[in-house]
Amino acid sequence: LKTTITVNGEARELDVDPRTTLLDALRETLGLTGTKKGCDHGQCGACTVLVNGVRINSCLSLAVMHDGDAVTTIEGVGTVGKLSAIQQAFLTEDAFQCGYCTPGQICSALGMLQEVADNWPSQETGDLTAQIRLTDDELRERMSGNICRCSAYPQIVAAIKSVAGELA
Amino acid sequence: VRPFTYERATDAAGAVKAAAATPNAKFLAGGTNLLDLMKLEIEHPAHLIDVGRLPMAQVEDTPDGGLRIGAMATNSHVAADARVRSRYPVLTQAIVAGGSGQLRNKATTGGNLLQRTRCAYFYDTTKPCNKRQPGSGCGALEGLNRNSAIFGASHACIATHPSDMAVALAALDARIETLSPSGEARAFPIIELHRLPGETPDVETHLIPGELITAVVLPPPPKGGQAYRKVRDRASYSAGLASVAVVGGAVALGAVAHKPWRAVEAESALAAGASPAEAIAAELKAASDNGRNGFKINLVSRLVPAAVEEARQQGRGE
Repeated sequence: LKTTITVNGEARELDVDPRTTLLDALRETLGLTGTKKGCDHGQCGACTVLVNGVRINSCLSLAVMHDGDAVTTIEGVGTVGKLSAIQQAFLTEDAFQCGYCTPGQICSALGMLQEVADNWPSQETGDLTAQIRLTDDELRERMSGNICRCSAYPQIVAAIKSVAGELA
Repeated sequence: VRPFTYERATDAAGAVKAAAATPNAKFLAGGTNLLDLMKLEIEHPAHLIDVGRLPMAQVEDTPDGGLRIGAMATNSHVAADARVRSRYPVLTQAIVAGGSGQLRNKATTGGNLLQRTRCAYFYDTTKPCNKRQPGSGCGALEGLNRNSAIFGASHACIATHPSDMAVALAALDARIETLSPSGEARAFPIIELHRLPGETPDVETHLIPGELITAVVLPPPPKGGQAYRKVRDRASYSAGLASVAVVGGAVALGAVAHKPWRAVEAESALAAGASPAEAIAAELKAASDNGRNGFKINLVSRLVPAAVEEARQQGRGE
């Protein structure tokens, strides 16, 4: 099936078997291997990308569902020569060991920070009608869809907090 | 994943027509549950009708002071809606208790209602499961059934419905709006959507084949407070062992039956002046213990009074 997806600002035309997940289309068809395949069942968050600015698990979505959508992967967040603030923060805070979950952690964090800016509630939110502040409990709850088996969680929290600005 | 054909529906009428015309077709909305089950070869539709872009994603006021939630509204959007948060906080609390941020951003209102059980025997294709393969037996009955149903189960199936959102909707007396393949629209209470397992646990709802959920309608918020509580093995991102939604005098339980369970015995006892503990004890007279899930009876007996007290406190603050 012919599908056009804008990936990191560039329109890409794909002709894929309908079974192809967005994750496999990114990695196998487009060669963007920054997005990782962990569990392939939506449980680990390693495959998290932003679709029209919103974080989703790319393993639980078909490429053909995304015709016309704009996808941002870790390759679109920053490059080796020009790291984004959050990528630099993960380095500064030593927020990974093996690094396999890191692209998903970073894309998820970017989506999460926008959700807080938009005042979306979480189960840690007490007063549902007040402005949300990104406490450590809020941050941990909102990032629970991203697993780090090296358990770098304290550093991941520190890295994300360091770029949260006025949200925290 | 077994091969399938794919089409994107442009309107609801076209979607139900396509479903009626194609054998073994399924609607695809967010895909977070269906695609996972297809990878595991638990679901194997021959044709997917993508309804994800149908113009049914709005949350709208109804003339009587309620809300109509389009079936394609994502869980995140419903939970974040200012009207839901101020008038139906139990619904926001239930939604954000389920899944992860990524899943809630993709999962839809209609899809959430139709998600399948998390019973381990349903997921393990090497084990018998009457829901996955009718007639093969139930591995959970005498197996690892810690998270099985304590209400309304049968000898054919003791699986539970995993939705948090549906528990709040049951306590809110929400109504489901659908479109049938013949083009006929109908509406009915959410408590009539899901079935108990009986002899046919593979048939999970009263929807007719090819019928599409188009909206969920909330009546005006009833008097009294609202509360949602959920108990699970991890602090976040885990299916419930038991949950409860309290809305005024209405009590609905989650993760304890094949469907969101309205605790009608507890409700009548409360209405007659019983204490919350006495009321849930009346409900639990009908509960069954399959060996490893008996702790849920104790859990529910403590969870419900706590939630009723919380809702009453909220109600007094109004």
